[in-house]
Amino acid sequence: MDDLIKILKELHPEVDFESCTTLIDDKILDSFDIVTVISEINEEFDVVIPAEEIVPENFNSAKALYALIKKIEDED
Amino acid sequence: MNLTSAEFIITVIVLAVLYYIVPKKAQWPLLLVGSLGFYYVAGRSYKELIAHPSCPPQMIYILVTFVTAFICAYVMGRIDGKAKEYLAANKGTISKEEKKAFKAKAKSRKWAVLLIGLIIALGLLCVTKYTNFVIANINSFLKEGSRIKPLNIIVPAAISYYTFQTCSYVIDVYRGKTEPQKNPFKLLLFVTFFPLLVQGPICRYDDLAPTLFGGHKLEECNISQGLTRIIWGFFKKMVVANRLAPVVIALAADTNSYRGTFVFILMLFYAFDLYCDFTGGIDITIGIARVFGINVAENFNLPYFSKNIKEYWNHWHITMGTWFTDYIFYPVSVCGPMLKLSKWSREHLGQKVGKRVTVYLSSLLVWFTTGLWHGAAWNFIVWGLMNYVVIMISQELEPLYAKFHSKVKIKNTIGYGIFEIVRTILLMSMIRMFDVYRNVPLTFKMVGTMFTKVNLRIFTDGSLLNIGLTKPDYIVLLASFAIILTVSIIKARKGYVFKKETFAVRHFLLAVLLIAIVVFGAYGVGYDSTQFIYNQF
Amino acid sequence: MKRKIIASVLISAFLIAGLWFAQRLLMPKYQGQIVEGAMIEEYYDETTDHDVIFIGDCEVYENFSTMKLWEEYGITSYIRGSSQQLVWQSYYLLEETLKYEKPKVVVFNVLSLKYDKPQKEAYNRMTLDGMKWSMSKYNDIKASMTEEENMLDYMFPILRYHSRWSELEKADFEHFFEKDKVTHNGYYMRVDIRPQGEFPEPMPLDDYSFGDNAMKYLDMMTKLCKDNGIELVLIKAPTEYPYWYEQWDEQMVDYADRNGLRYINMIPLQDEIGLDMSVDTYDAGLHLNLTGAEKLSTWFGKYLVDNFGLEDHRNDPKYTKVYDDKLDFYYKMIEEQKDQLEE
Repeated sequence: MDDLIKILKELHPEVDFESCTTLIDDKILDSFDIVTVISEINEEFDVVIPAEEIVPENFNSAKALYALIKKIEDED
Repeated sequence: MNLTSAEFIITVIVLAVLYYIVPKKAQWPLLLVGSLGFYYVAGRSYKELIAHPSCPPQMIYILVTFVTAFICAYVMGRIDGKAKEYLAANKGTISKEEKKAFKAKAKSRKWAVLLIGLIIALGLLCVTKYTNFVIANINSFLKEGSRIKPLNIIVPAAISYYTFQTCSYVIDVYRGKTEPQKNPFKLLLFVTFFPLLVQGPICRYDDLAPTLFGGHKLEECNISQGLTRIIWGFFKKMVVANRLAPVVIALAADTNSYRGTFVFILMLFYAFDLYCDFTGGIDITIGIARVFGINVAENFNLPYFSKNIKEYWNHWHITMGTWFTDYIFYPVSVCGPMLKLSKWSREHLGQKVGKRVTVYLSSLLVWFTTGLWHGAAWNFIVWGLMNYVVIMISQELEPLYAKFHSKVKIKNTIGYGIFEIVRTILLMSMIRMFDVYRNVPLTFKMVGTMFTKVNLRIFTDGSLLNIGLTKPDYIVLLASFAIILTVSIIKARKGYVFKKETFAVRHFLLAVLLIAIVVFGAYGVGYDSTQFIYNQF
Repeated sequence: MKRKIIASVLISAFLIAGLWFAQRLLMPKYQGQIVEGAMIEEYYDETTDHDVIFIGDCEVYENFSTMKLWEEYGITSYIRGSSQQLVWQSYYLLEETLKYEKPKVVVFNVLSLKYDKPQKEAYNRMTLDGMKWSMSKYNDIKASMTEEENMLDYMFPILRYHSRWSELEKADFEHFFEKDKVTHNGYYMRVDIRPQGEFPEPMPLDDYSFGDNAMKYLDMMTKLCKDNGIELVLIKAPTEYPYWYEQWDEQMVDYADRNGLRYINMIPLQDEIGLDMSVDTYDAGLHLNLTGAEKLSTWFGKYLVDNFGLEDHRNDPKYTKVYDDKLDFYYKMIEEQKDQLEE
């Protein structure tokens, strides 16, 4: 989780990712950020997030994103 | 087919009356019949039939696209269903590895089906829309005599829109986001729903389906809100867009007389014209759907209040933008090869550059295809690429802006906000000149004269009264601008224009607006009502 | 809910009233230089019936003085003429007129037979807009529309005239409710003189036979008159331009023979009528002025009385009351126009 927060913080240092649950809804993360995050996650966690998982529910909070990573790791 | 033609208005009224007379179960079949009828009429112009006697009727294309989508979705649904059944039946007996392998196999079969579907649907789009463009480009390298003859082909009406809409359905079924529609007629309605066949929006199946097929009882709010949108759309289109369109065409056609500051005028006129034409048309579309109780996705959200190009593209032609993001930008960005490339470039080019590779490449593809989607011509491709360049430059400049704003505290002042808005509008309008002149070198040249041949005398010497607009026309345009701006500001501030309670006031204002449209609209004898600018795409 | 219904009704009423008001204001009033568009609707103000109805183009409404016919013979007549009135328009105007009254004689000027197809939107409008709504008007519009016109524009003329908002004149407000009379039972008066000059040589035509469509309506007109026991008189007004070809004349003679109608080509009868085209025309010979129209009416009135035994109404109080006013208006206009000329 901390690694993930670190990735996110690098993009938007001003955002409190631990509590924010409207990253997509409030347009804090745009499509460029999402793609950057996904490639960083791929690097860091060795997890490939497929395009069909790019939905607001999975990216609205760091927690949800982390859960997604865990889920994909699990399936592998 | 023109959304403001009398035939269209009457057809919609008749259809709406029937819609609320027939039993609820028959409502969507009625829409289907109406939509097919609409496409049959809209998709066949007598002149075109004469010019291209050997061409197959346009209806065939949309039906092939529909049949393809239905079969693909159906097959993918079966693959999924069978896989689930198998896994459920053997829950305890198969190992995790076997389960994974089985799932992967099902997925790859679905992938094959999806691929076939997309190749057929997009293939029809490409063949009809781009073949002659490709031939023309090849011919420019060939000598006289050895040139290829262009295909005798008509681009089927609305093909860009229905193809994208149908593809999104098939991909969503593939992704497991959408349940395949088992009733072919319902899917056919989704593909052919007539208001969307003029100029979008490009709707997603999951968004549209709940209200498209459901029975609707006559509800005051649907009718009232629908009419509000329709009349507002008519106002923008009839009073402003129809008035400006012939002037824009005239100014763009005579590049010898209209240069320098005229180009600037043309740029502003086209910005206003396109805005009113496109958003007005979409207002009418959404309003009509609403009258039928159907919710269609919004396509605009005050685009001219955007403070930068990226924001602008999130607010202008939204359904097209999200389509490209969801079905091109994301899949391309996160596909295996791209992730590998990203890794490689980080290692070899450093973090700073490597990080950007994915976004830069995927965006380039997106903007190239966006340009191409708008038309089979180089000017559209260059237009798309110009957007790309500007977005990327502003992306790179962001740290610089941040630095600037940390030193000079003006970011949150109204004045700076207005500056950003005006800057974005001017920048977008300038890029749009590729769409106006439809010729890349000419556009560069003409936009150049805007800076090199400044001629402010045209504002005082009466030149502006000789371009097809009279003084009263200018007054109407200015008044309309004031009205649209006021409504937009109210909407931006409050999020809505009318409160629910204000029934009488709202409808009174609408009645006034309707009278104003009838009187001040640019239409009628001697006025050739121009088609929607966007339905050529 | 109840309040919403009341609001809806009120707002709908406001909308309809507003559109009606705008339409009324924006429709041309034809009270100034161009009065031809106001002619057709003036007919509905008539309070007495007529023995003779003229139908046709400018060659009737500028060439026959209805007042002279009254003064000299006691003939009551009305000219339902309009600019470039085409034969189907004449037919439907007659059909409509017959709903209001049964004249004894109908006079039709045959020049318009040369047009087989709808011609000009502007002229269509001047003939059609003034008609009251009826099946005759509907059919008339359908027969008259050029390709770029549509029925909706006739049903709701505001759709046609809306762009006049920037050209509104005082007259549009002054005559919002009431228009001034511009004709004398359909006669358009001109007192000025411009002698006849040289006309261009007639161009030979490829085909001299009248079109099927035009002849169809002439047939219908003939039948309509027969069915109603009305005498139909076909005339060609005595003015020489636009050129009336010999071949056309032959066809008319032939048609009249076959259908037992009277056909008078007045061009060769100029001397008999007493016309002097150096003083009896106001536009160099295309149309007659007041003196010309009065001469022609004196001559034609006699023809009507001799052939159809029309009654002299000059001692019938039912008519004299009405026609005294009409004559006043007639002489007043003569004076006014003469005054204007002198200025």
